[in-house]
Amino acid sequence: MKKYIDWVSQFLNKQLNLQSRILIVLAALIIIPSFFLPLWSLEFWSAQYPEGLDMYVYSHKLESGDDGNDLVEINILNHYIGMKAIEAEDFSEFKWIPLALLIFIFIAFRAAVFGKMGKLVDAVFLFVYFGIYSLWTFWYRLYTYGHNLDPRAPVNLDPFMPPVFGYKPVGQFKVWSYPEAGGYLLGVFVLLLVVAMWLSRKEEAL
Amino acid sequence: MDIRRLNKTLVWLLLLSLAFGLVFIGCAKERAPRGRGGVEAGRSDIMEAALKTYVAPGDLDEYYLFYSGGHSGQIFVAGVPSMRHICTIPVFTPYPGTGYGFDDESKAMLGGISWGDSHHPGPSETNGDYDGRWLFINDNAHGRIARIDLGDFKTKQILKVPNISANHGSAFVTPNTEYITMATRMSIPIPQGRYADVDEYAEEYNGIVAGIKVADDGEMSLGWEILVPPFNYDLGDAGKLVSDGWMFWTCYNSEREFIEGAKLEVTASQRDKDFVMAVNWRDAEAAVKAGKAKMIGGAPVLMPKDIAGSIYFIPLAKSPHGVDVAPSGKWIIGSGKLSPTTTVFNWEKALAAMKAKDFEDTVDDIPVLRYEAVMEAEVPVGLGPLHTQFDGKGFAYTSLFVESSVAKWRIGPPWDIVDKIPVAYNIGHLVTAEGETVNPDGNYLVALNKLSKGRHLSVGPSIPESAQLIDIEGEQMKLLYDAFTEPEPHYAVMVKADKLDPFEVYKKETNHHPEAIWSEEEARVERKGNKVEVWMLSVRSFFAPDVIRVNEGDNVTIHITNIEQTRDELHGLAIDDYNLNIVIDPGETKSVTFKAKKPGVFAFYCTNFCSALHQEMQGYFLVKPKS
Repeated sequence: MKKYIDWVSQFLNKQLNLQSRILIVLAALIIIPSFFLPLWSLEFWSAQYPEGLDMYVYSHKLESGDDGNDLVEINILNHYIGMKAIEAEDFSEFKWIPLALLIFIFIAFRAAVFGKMGKLVDAVFLFVYFGIYSLWTFWYRLYTYGHNLDPRAPVNLDPFMPPVFGYKPVGQFKVWSYPEAGGYLLGVFVLLLVVAMWLSRKEEAL
Repeated sequence: MDIRRLNKTLVWLLLLSLAFGLVFIGCAKERAPRGRGGVEAGRSDIMEAALKTYVAPGDLDEYYLFYSGGHSGQIFVAGVPSMRHICTIPVFTPYPGTGYGFDDESKAMLGGISWGDSHHPGPSETNGDYDGRWLFINDNAHGRIARIDLGDFKTKQILKVPNISANHGSAFVTPNTEYITMATRMSIPIPQGRYADVDEYAEEYNGIVAGIKVADDGEMSLGWEILVPPFNYDLGDAGKLVSDGWMFWTCYNSEREFIEGAKLEVTASQRDKDFVMAVNWRDAEAAVKAGKAKMIGGAPVLMPKDIAGSIYFIPLAKSPHGVDVAPSGKWIIGSGKLSPTTTVFNWEKALAAMKAKDFEDTVDDIPVLRYEAVMEAEVPVGLGPLHTQFDGKGFAYTSLFVESSVAKWRIGPPWDIVDKIPVAYNIGHLVTAEGETVNPDGNYLVALNKLSKGRHLSVGPSIPESAQLIDIEGEQMKLLYDAFTEPEPHYAVMVKADKLDPFEVYKKETNHHPEAIWSEEEARVERKGNKVEVWMLSVRSFFAPDVIRVNEGDNVTIHITNIEQTRDELHGLAIDDYNLNIVIDPGETKSVTFKAKKPGVFAFYCTNFCSALHQEMQGYFLVKPKS
């Protein structure tokens, strides 16, 4: 046990080599385009919507296909089952997620500047917490929309869980829920940090 | 004579005549059996025709075909090559299907007239080619012309022009949509409304030809009118390239007579030749600018001598109908319907003759160019030639009403007939793909036939019109398809589908209607004295407000906005027993004003099926009785 704790503290004290530090800077830079790209998308398809209805979740906003009219359409359809209208104003996430991402850029730079494995591990762990929490809020939002249906709505539907990841048929719609470019970039961010850790695994501890 | 012999002879005669009769009936049956089997006109190779015209489910046609709707007052839109009717654009006649003529705006545009006679659609052009912006069409019955926006396929303007009686030679568009033609078919005393007995026809009656100016935004206004002799001005066309700047009209009844009881069909057919009239519209425009026009009946009217050198007659075989300018602009082709030839005029020669003052006569200050100096060829196309179209490959196609066929002939020596195809039956106009532009496509031709007898399931005596699609890609014309329309297409135009870019939703940002509302909070009813104003919205599947309370005799205005932003989500608003139906497209706002004449309770409901709960989309219009 002691041996293991020693190994951890030794590992956390390792210096980061130049390759790792460059990689970390690159990873931090990769976050920047993710502000401008959708993180996640939900695509609805049914026979009478041959082009589908698309909804894009950004870090700071909600967008939808057909110049935003797809969301109007989704809300019009959802009112029949008594679902609350999806409106960007209701999402506090759009305020704190961009801020969190900005902070991650600094945290990553910090690790690169100080060149400490411990700081890099902080960044990775914090980001994994952030990722899990974000996905949970996403899940929770969808759960809330699917489970708080107005009982007086024209169409009575059992509460349901919209798809968080992957494909699921909902009513007459086929729904696909998958990460988008921005989401993948955030994945690449954390992957690069892990690779940076790997590259400096044999470095000397201070 | 022996009575027995006589009997025998009689028996023989009887038998013989019976035999003859049977043979005769047999032959007659052979010759003219009823039904499609016996119809010589319009047979086709089934396999070839099917492959050429079949547009598979979900696939789109290559061309828009805009048919005029004749005295239905509408325009019909079909696809080529499938010939499927896609929609009807209401123009001069109310059309409950789209709510046209019920809301305040379209009602005002129709001006209380409940029909029109739409004849010749003319698409807007840029450099002599269709540009897909607008479609213009004439009303032959009320001196009007209309503009349809090809963005939303809706009539945007109807212009009433004074002094024009029976506007037939219209709506032909100049190469850059500067002007559209208008012309009087039946001469009257000018100004319109003045009384003079028909006994004084030659002295008191006149024709008018006119140029309608088109602004950059499509707005039409009267540019100029010219007072012309009391002939019947029939069809027209605008010059292009070599003949750019000129407008042409055929005229019959150059006898300038209308003798009561003598029948115009007789009196107007006495002279061997009538005319094509040519007018330089740029000069006419300049003459009006120079103040040469007199205001007559509210219109700036020029006399022929005001534009001397810019107006001419060209003799043409008698009682001409169509005049068509070839893609090069050099050949002006006129058809005298009582002559078996089509006449080709060389516009370069015409310009030379004008310069040389090579005239054979002068009619009411209008010089008549010497026929031989201008004529290039008389093509023996056949009986009853009416209209000519082009394929861009050096051939022309002339419709032959009497012969019930289309003649294909070579433009240029030896000016010979290359092919002829029978049509079913009695063709009027014909149209080739982009055939009146500087750049025809030369693949399809539609024959617009006046009679269709027996080629469709019988629908009683009000027989529909027939339109036949003909393949003109090869040397020989081939019949492809029979289509039938409601009364009554005259001319049609075929526009390549990619020239148009229609939109299907009025975007919220582009709806500038002052009374538009977009949320339930804005929906309301306001009263000022006996005026009740309602701001209403429609969206799946309700109206807001869904109750309107008024008093008997109130003037009610409903502004209704369809706040849908998805295509094909149209809503209607009909008030039961109030003769009222509004249809609003996604994102559209319309206003309707009416008097609450009848007291009681009236349901209103959505007329355009919109959703699973369409039947629930209703409300109440409550009219409190006076007492």
